[in-house]
Amino acid sequence: MSQASVLAEAKSSAEILLDTQDLTKVYQTGEVEVHALRGINLTVQIGELIVLLGASGSGKSTLLNIIGGLDTPTSGKVTFLDEDITNLSASALTRYRRAHVGFIFQFYNLVPSLTARENVALVTEISSNPIPPEDALSMVGLADRMHHFPAQLSGGEQQRVAVARAIAKRPNLLLCDEPTGALDSKTGVQVLEALKTVNEELGATTLIITHNVGIADMSDRVIRLSDGMIIEEKQMGRRRQPSELSW
Amino acid sequence: MVGFLRALDRKLLRDLWRLKGQGIAVGIIIACGVGIMIMALGSLASLEESRSTYYERYRFADVFADVKRAPNQIVGEIREIDGVKSAETRITRIVTLDLADFNEPANAQLVSLPDEGQPTLNNVMLHEGRWPDLARPEEAIVSRAFAQEHDYHSGDRIRAIFNGRTRDIEIVGIGDSPEYVWTLGIGGLLPDDKRFGVFWMRRQALERAFDLEGAFNNVTVSLLPNAVEADVISRLDNMLAPYGAVGAYNREDQFSNAFVESEMGQLVAMAAIIPPVFLVVSALLIHAILSRLIAVERQQIGLLKAFGFSNLEVAAHYVKLAVVLSLGGVLAGFVLGRTLARLLTHLYSNTMRFPEIVHVFEPSAFVIGAGAAIVAAVIGALNAALKAAALQPAEAMNPAPPTVYRRGGILPLWLTNKLDEPTRMIVRHITRWPIRAAMTTFGIAASMALLVGTLFAFDSTDEMIDTIYYRTDVYDAAVTFAEIEDETALSELDRVPGVLEVEPTRDVYVRFRNGVHSERGSITGIRSDAKYKRLLDRKETPVSVAESGLTMTSHLASLLNIGLGERLTVEFLEGKRPVLDIPITAVVEEYIGHAAYMNIEELGRVMGESRTITGAFLALDPDLSIEFNDAILDRPQVASVALRSAVIETFNETLEETITIMMMIYAVIGGAIAAGVVYNAARISLTERGRELASLRVLGFTHGEVSYVLLGEQAMLAIIAIPIGSLLGTAFAHLIVLGMSTDLYRVPYVLEPSTRGFAAAVVLVAVFLAAVLVANRIRNLDLIEVLKTRE
Repeated sequence: MSQASVLAEAKSSAEILLDTQDLTKVYQTGEVEVHALRGINLTVQIGELIVLLGASGSGKSTLLNIIGGLDTPTSGKVTFLDEDITNLSASALTRYRRAHVGFIFQFYNLVPSLTARENVALVTEISSNPIPPEDALSMVGLADRMHHFPAQLSGGEQQRVAVARAIAKRPNLLLCDEPTGALDSKTGVQVLEALKTVNEELGATTLIITHNVGIADMSDRVIRLSDGMIIEEKQMGRRRQPSELSW
Repeated sequence: MVGFLRALDRKLLRDLWRLKGQGIAVGIIIACGVGIMIMALGSLASLEESRSTYYERYRFADVFADVKRAPNQIVGEIREIDGVKSAETRITRIVTLDLADFNEPANAQLVSLPDEGQPTLNNVMLHEGRWPDLARPEEAIVSRAFAQEHDYHSGDRIRAIFNGRTRDIEIVGIGDSPEYVWTLGIGGLLPDDKRFGVFWMRRQALERAFDLEGAFNNVTVSLLPNAVEADVISRLDNMLAPYGAVGAYNREDQFSNAFVESEMGQLVAMAAIIPPVFLVVSALLIHAILSRLIAVERQQIGLLKAFGFSNLEVAAHYVKLAVVLSLGGVLAGFVLGRTLARLLTHLYSNTMRFPEIVHVFEPSAFVIGAGAAIVAAVIGALNAALKAAALQPAEAMNPAPPTVYRRGGILPLWLTNKLDEPTRMIVRHITRWPIRAAMTTFGIAASMALLVGTLFAFDSTDEMIDTIYYRTDVYDAAVTFAEIEDETALSELDRVPGVLEVEPTRDVYVRFRNGVHSERGSITGIRSDAKYKRLLDRKETPVSVAESGLTMTSHLASLLNIGLGERLTVEFLEGKRPVLDIPITAVVEEYIGHAAYMNIEELGRVMGESRTITGAFLALDPDLSIEFNDAILDRPQVASVALRSAVIETFNETLEETITIMMMIYAVIGGAIAAGVVYNAARISLTERGRELASLRVLGFTHGEVSYVLLGEQAMLAIIAIPIGSLLGTAFAHLIVLGMSTDLYRVPYVLEPSTRGFAAAVVLVAVFLAAVLVANRIRNLDLIEVLKTRE
């Protein structure tokens, strides 16, 4: 056994949630090959709140999709809680997402025919140890809007329902792709507050993709991607409150 | 401007390409509707053409009359009758055959040919061989189907029993005639070519064999174009009355022609009843597809209008799309219709002996089919196209407001609360779009209705066979005599080996009159305690023939507009030809013909005859059937023998292929509606809710769970639709009963639960197949792309 793997094993048994090794992703579009990821090595500790920064096309969404089990890498390896998830089948990836991952998207993606509570219940019904939908909604400050349909909620409220839905199954990993991208600063802050609460109270490891450099200040670590590679990794000192962030 | 229009047409083609799955689904339904219309109208045209060509070329007569024995001289008088173009006298007779290759009784219809040349009426189409030689009385032309069934060819010899004497007949030719397109077997409803053939022989040979020198027993007449048929018939009746005439009749009552006509009537009914169902459903589907397309293209429509396209141009664009969409179905329908027409005419060749069935290209069938389909498509498109036209450009360019859902809806809240979230999504989606759900339900119900409404015919046929051959005509063999016999003939029959019991019948030709209503028919005399010919009343309970008065089928009663207890004038056309007023003392139900019955003794009494009989029903010992079959042929009096088992066998054999093929066709086309409707509805749902479903996948829902959300709705609607369709199908079946019932027979309405079950199973399989197709598309949802874009 090599020294590196011994080291990795020691680490994982302590606190490593996710680890990627030399992750690459190449899309073939017509005659052109697009190298979306060019060798990403990233280790995520349990409970961390990480902000991924980068311009459009830097590869951050691709990375998030691979980590979240929506896509598979061209080469490299993804390990989640010691398990190699790199080449899982579609149904195994579904099980992985179902058990471990919560997603939050820029455009909320709530089910329009279900109320806020029902949107959360949708996920809790297929989870083994969920938070009751009502509690999840309370956690994001929406207890009183529980019986409203998405069309009756503001954008920020809808995104908070999405947060509640993502965390109600107690995911190990919460992946947020531009969660405040469609929101103004005031409602954006409310959503970030919700994410922070969830991260602290449930200990869910959280990865947030954003263009908004200001959000970095609420994280433990900031990773900057460019052209499919990590170009900067910065451990943050004190995590700031979302309300203190400069937008 | 022209450039823009071209671009718009290109958009139309691309839209069509994108919609190809749904287009195919609608196309299949249109193709079925158009195909059935073309099949029915095309086959009708083929039959009409085959028939009229055949009738014309082989000079099928217009009026027919049988007599006991009339002198040849009177043919001159017949030709003098106003309106008569030509008349030909003949000798016809039914005899039994003793076939070396066939161990059962078989019969032949003997028909005389003039001593020289060919008949002037009802000519024989010679397929092989030659005409019989006058000098060789044993020579005969034999009908083709009979020859084929027994593999007879010119030069083969057959034994027949003429007046109790065995005769060797030599086949010199194989032929057919327009008189025997439908060669009804003895005692049956369907041609039985194994047991029944037509033999054409020179007249002199038959004159000698049946002691009819210088006389005839059958005359056929053709009419001038301006002739009044009824007048000719009544003149003929008067003229022939002294010679034992039993009433002249026209083509309508000529058995072969009547059966052919009845088949043609069924085609007309089929063309009128079935295709509209398909076209209505296709209109609904086109409406749904275009409504969705216009919702998707809302912003494009706004843009087009901003560019200066008029409302009319926009509406026309979408109507055009519907028309192009339907044209594909129409073309497929043409091909399908031609193929089905060929298949159907092949089935017809099982029962109808045309020299060949001409495949007519019937342009009107194609025009009607295409026209109806396109009109349906335009109607389906109109509402959606007008909505597109009515969009205000500025408003249209903004995205549509989000869909608002409500809790509860038609389901009570407590019930909604019991459902899991995916099921709740299904219910909310149905109640949010109730009209759309209703249309889908209606479409599936139409499929079910069509299946029930067509498949019931097989239950009806079963019921007819069951009633006739297992409940009323329960003899083992029916024998007719060549001449009227007395009761000694009965005791002779009783002595035939294998005969267990004998029951006499007396058939007498009559004309019934009730005021202006008049019907040619016959009265069958049977014993009041008859065991082998039973009568059933309305409630299907057995009744015996009344001791006095007439027992009549309800069909005859309605033809004569008469009821129980009323008196009817009966002109007997045999014996002393009495004309009597007889009361109707019982009414019975029969599916076939329009019979009347009397107690056999009473019948003899009113006719002023001693006990006379014309036939008998026999009960046989099954172990002695070979002995019976051998011995019965030696009885000189016996003209024909029909075995019930043979009739049933023929029925089953003839119908087996027809039923299997028709069941398959009905199941496929009936199922196509359900599949098309469900596929369409699910595809529309998928385009609308792709994002929603993709997000469920991302949340960790399996492919199956997501499919449930989309397809559970269709399944739920299918389950609602099946009982509705079953009810509609019942109504449909009643409609078809009306359309298919003719003077020859009444189709009973019988619908077994198993038939409904089969129809429901076909619908569910079709729904399932459509669902599988759509479920595969769910698998291909691009999770990443869908989630990135805003709705």
